[in-house]
Amino acid sequence: MAVLNNIEALNQSLMQMMETDDTIIVFGEDSGFEGGVFRVTKGLQEKFGKERCFDTPLTEAGIVGSGIGMAITGLKPVAEIQFQGFVFPAMNQIMIHAARMRNRSRGRFTVPMVIRMPYGGAVRALEHHSESIEALFAHIPGLKVVIPSNPYDTKGLMISAIKDPDPVVFLEPKRLYRAFKQEIPDEIYEVPIGKARVMKEGEDITVVAWGAMVPECQKAIDMLKENNVSVELIDLRTISPIDKETIAQSVKKTGRFLVVHEAVKSFGAGAELISIVNEKAFLSLEAPPSRLTGFDVTVPLAKGEHHFIINPEKIKNKIMELINF
Amino acid sequence: MLTEIYDPLKGEMFQVMDQTGKIVNQDYMPEISDELILKMYRTMMLSRTQDEKSLQYQRQGRMLTFAPSMGQEGVQVASAAAIEKTDWVSSAFRENATWLWLGQPMENLFLYWIGSEEGSRIPEDVNLLPIAVPIGTQCNHAVGIGMSIKFRKQNSVVLAYIGDGGTSEGEFYEAINYAGAMNTPNIFIIQNNQFAISTPRSLQTKAKTLAQKGVAAGIPCIQVDGNDIFAVYAAVKEAVERGRNGEGPTLIEAVTYRIGPHTTADDPTIYRTDEYHQEMLKTDPIIRTKNYMIEKGIWNEEKETSLKEELENLVEETFKKIEQTPETSPEDIFKYTYAEMTENLKEQYEEYKAFLQRRDK
Repeated sequence: MAVLNNIEALNQSLMQMMETDDTIIVFGEDSGFEGGVFRVTKGLQEKFGKERCFDTPLTEAGIVGSGIGMAITGLKPVAEIQFQGFVFPAMNQIMIHAARMRNRSRGRFTVPMVIRMPYGGAVRALEHHSESIEALFAHIPGLKVVIPSNPYDTKGLMISAIKDPDPVVFLEPKRLYRAFKQEIPDEIYEVPIGKARVMKEGEDITVVAWGAMVPECQKAIDMLKENNVSVELIDLRTISPIDKETIAQSVKKTGRFLVVHEAVKSFGAGAELISIVNEKAFLSLEAPPSRLTGFDVTVPLAKGEHHFIINPEKIKNKIMELINF
Repeated sequence: MLTEIYDPLKGEMFQVMDQTGKIVNQDYMPEISDELILKMYRTMMLSRTQDEKSLQYQRQGRMLTFAPSMGQEGVQVASAAAIEKTDWVSSAFRENATWLWLGQPMENLFLYWIGSEEGSRIPEDVNLLPIAVPIGTQCNHAVGIGMSIKFRKQNSVVLAYIGDGGTSEGEFYEAINYAGAMNTPNIFIIQNNQFAISTPRSLQTKAKTLAQKGVAAGIPCIQVDGNDIFAVYAAVKEAVERGRNGEGPTLIEAVTYRIGPHTTADDPTIYRTDEYHQEMLKTDPIIRTKNYMIEKGIWNEEKETSLKEELENLVEETFKKIEQTPETSPEDIFKYTYAEMTENLKEQYEEYKAFLQRRDK
């Protein structure tokens, strides 16, 4: 067992998987020599050579498009998009080809590819470096979308993503990259894609979150101890496909539901979750299933970002609103 | 035509002044007044001072991550000096000296890098688009402005800047091709500063020069010494004339060097050796321009000292002023999303105000 942060967990999972499978290829802008701007791929080029870990030209469409070509012909690409805000030139490739190749070729060609990218706010970053667009990816049939919130899940989900037969968009909450460490197993292990985790059991309300919102919800729950509110916290871990069963079971028990996400409100993953709750646990509800999200605006730059960010106080406030409904 | 004399396919680079400040190509020395040279020098120095001070402020925790322009002031100032107030500029994110030259207030430049949207507010009489961080996206805007100029039968031109790494993006190729096809008055300036973050120019493309990418687009193209203000000025002037005469776009690769990090979040010592860095520092556009001016008898160390002092004070005072800028208000976060706030946004804004009121009670 080693004590690692999220960056180190990612690095270890890539390192170990590349050792066991020489068809895994890691690449992206600055991913080779320097090991990525966040050092996730540090040491991979040194260890596995430039053929298996390399710097690409600035070409997001090229990174994903070439990854599709590699995947179709038997390699396992793990492509890095430097920041989620720069993925848009690659959206054509992601949506039209990565996600549809299996269906279009009636199963002959498949794209077992991982597309990694850091996302999310609250690090006082530059313009276009703070968005959360998981819903855009989750809206595309054929893609899987995962978001780990801790080093254990980071490693386990990355290993599952690499082994997955379909394209996986692997979103890394960058404010958690070095936020804390956790003891995780040295060996290769999997955290299943499509399975949420009940982080804490509770009786009064179900709160679902993912990525950087999970620790924020935990802080809110700590603040709520004095209010005598028992919260069940679920880390969704996979945005698509959603683990409907875990959520439905929980809401049937608690009767209240809150989803917390950093992304903007309208047409977000929260809306999807609330629909699921309505469909699966309607008769158990004691309050309207609700969402606490970013506003429907461009993420403000540092001097205004704190208004946009979901903090424990906002979460506590919203939970109490639903408890007292 | 310079673009016919210097062939990028043969690796020929246009230079007028060498790195010691000596004029080595008198035939192509542009007509340029001492007054203009002095103004260019002052703006280069102002930008350099701002960057140097900003690096200090950033280390002191008074500024956030920013992208210094140090080393690239020559191409930036000389290209901007070759256009008129009625022309347009679409830049990327490392064109500080250009922005200063055009009249974007230093206050706003600082505001942008300390995390205020007010930094992207551009004075009505400055034809400059806001900073474009996503690489290569600014080039097609320039093409559209070019079309607008043609449509309105105006006589203006558009400068667009991009980096060496940016020329690997699809949008760059699309823009130079599109501008050629539409015969728009565009001038694309590649600031080849040798590195895209850690990735060297040699890994971006197998092409010998970046200028030659214009050949396939069918547009005139030239590689210039980007740290030579006279070469840049002459090449851009020629491109401007071409644009104004309805002869279409030009691609200029300006060979330069990024003295500082990509941004303050970057550590260039990982990917550049000290030996290489020291060698490249000798190409500094400020040093050679200063040498030229001293040789010409329009500059001396006394003037240099007094200019430095003046600019340092100016930068310090400007920063102190903007440092007091309050946080962005909730209203400002909402109100620029649409011409009129939608009902949905009004609801979110009111809810948030109510939350703040309850909290502050």
